Amino acid sequence: MNVILDLKYVVLVEEDIGNLLRSSKIILHLAPWNEGQLSRPPVKNLSSFIKLAFSDGKLSHFKECIQKMLQERSWETVAVHPSILHHAPTTFRSGIVGIERRLQAKVENNSSNINIAFQDMQNLIDMAKDMVQLANVMSNKIKDRQGDISEDETVKFKSYLLSLGIDDPVTRNSCSSNDVFYHQLAKEIASFLLKAISDTGGLMAMSDAYCRVNRARGLELLSPEDFFKACNYMEKLNLPIICRKFDSGVLVLQLQSKTDSLLEKEVSRLLQSRDKLTALEVSQEFQISIVLAQERLYFMERNGLICRDDSVRGLVFYPNFFSSSA
Amino acid sequence: MRKRPGIGAIHKQRVEQERFRGKATELQDNVFEQMTSQMEKFRTNLETFASKHRNEIKKNPAFRKQFQDMCASIGVDPLASSKGFWSELLGVGDFYYEIAVQVIEVCLATSPRNGGLITLGELRQRLIKARGKAQHHQEISNDDIIRAIKKLKVLGPGFSIVSLKGTQDTSDILIRSIPGELSADHTEVLKAAEAQSFTSVKALKSTLNWDDVRCLQILNELLRDGVAWVDEQSPEKMYWFPSFFKPLMSEDEIALPPPN
Repeated sequence: MNVILDLKYVVLVEEDIGNLLRSSKIILHLAPWNEGQLSRPPVKNLSSFIKLAFSDGKLSHFKECIQKMLQERSWETVAVHPSILHHAPTTFRSGIVGIERRLQAKVENNSSNINIAFQDMQNLIDMAKDMVQLANVMSNKIKDRQGDISEDETVKFKSYLLSLGIDDPVTRNSCSSNDVFYHQLAKEIASFLLKAISDTGGLMAMSDAYCRVNRARGLELLSPEDFFKACNYMEKLNLPIICRKFDSGVLVLQLQSKTDSLLEKEVSRLLQSRDKLTALEVSQEFQISIVLAQERLYFMERNGLICRDDSVRGLVFYPNFFSSSA
Repeated sequence: MRKRPGIGAIHKQRVEQERFRGKATELQDNVFEQMTSQMEKFRTNLETFASKHRNEIKKNPAFRKQFQDMCASIGVDPLASSKGFWSELLGVGDFYYEIAVQVIEVCLATSPRNGGLITLGELRQRLIKARGKAQHHQEISNDDIIRAIKKLKVLGPGFSIVSLKGTQDTSDILIRSIPGELSADHTEVLKAAEAQSFTSVKALKSTLNWDDVRCLQILNELLRDGVAWVDEQSPEKMYWFPSFFKPLMSEDEIALPPPN
């Protein structure tokens, strides 16, 4: 049985590069059905694209062919549609037709530029590959401690790895003066967040802190990894904020002055006045997120100060009468 | 090297060892010098590439994806550090980190409604809306979002990607923004509820062939986590999943009360 798709409905061709578990596929984004040409019964479809899988490895060849076909658009040389070919997509047209036209224009304009760009990128990546191999050799030498590797060279080497984005276990954990960058960053972050953390009760989730810092920076944003590494230095540098990990794995920044016992006392006081407590109530009372409220309650439960009642109505905590009345 | 007796032989041995060690140092120095000069060359090449194609990276999702895949294939992570070459010269860093920040904000805003579980499709729509109407802001692909989210993992167990059906359909990939894990049973229920955004014990029993107790337990856990809302006014208790509601295009952020 033959299935036919008019090429004129294809607005964009994408490649979905696969991995070990699934093969690569070609995605064809399609324009909606043109109602005026009912030569066959119309079919309603929920999605606007189809995917093609290839079992004999001809995927890249097919991709080249179809992109060439789309570029040539030979089906339009017979009946020219000036509105599509010459329409300059400068005005923002709403609706599917506008999107379709913008996509078509994009495909036409970019296809030649893209080829050059891809070739340049390939060359660049090939060079980077050589660098990675050199780095591996160097790293092995450091690991085996062959020859005298000076402190200077190790520091420089670490900075090369950082610049290239290579993760190397040999040098990852060793301390060096390269970390000046992170020390500086830690101090900046701590001074910036000090007021905000005090306002939220002394605890702030890492993701929340990351957002605030990057929003304030505006440009030259920090990567999550840089932020994390910088926060890990805070305790060592005796800054007023430290990074702390709860048992559940949740990472927070905590004011040094807000010790755990202080945090516990606050919640205990609230519990006494209300007899029982949910995470929602704690979060509302202290104006903190539900996750942080939960963590504080779990922490107190682990220390034996409160007990949980877990039911369909939710998780409720009560004072631990077992320990207090025993 | 043949061992020969006598002091002369020991002395000779020592000299040989010294020479080898010297050679090793020399070789190792060579590697380091090589690397230094290569790094300079590479930096220049990257600067040239950036001046020609920096815009392409910002505008073209397919180009970006290709770039990321190629870096991954040689063992390089261009997003690892904001101090890396890729970030400084190509600006890839800012692009993805900004997406990461916006993802956190969108998830925070919608988690009272959907319990911290949002489909990739809805996330992308909200991101596009939040980023502004300029065309280059619209061109973020699902791949971009997923890469940004993967980077967020280092900040704690909050962000994880749950694939409901193993396909790339954006409504089948859920982003979980609060800590905790979805068990296989939870995922099965979500899969079953996805089509209509709601389900019931009866529906689950017939679709999944589970018994009453199991259905009820899993639904109650999802209810307790805020992922499911229960409608007790219908003849049979219906469990709704706001994560699967199709967002209205002109909807403003409605602050919905959290479930009790």
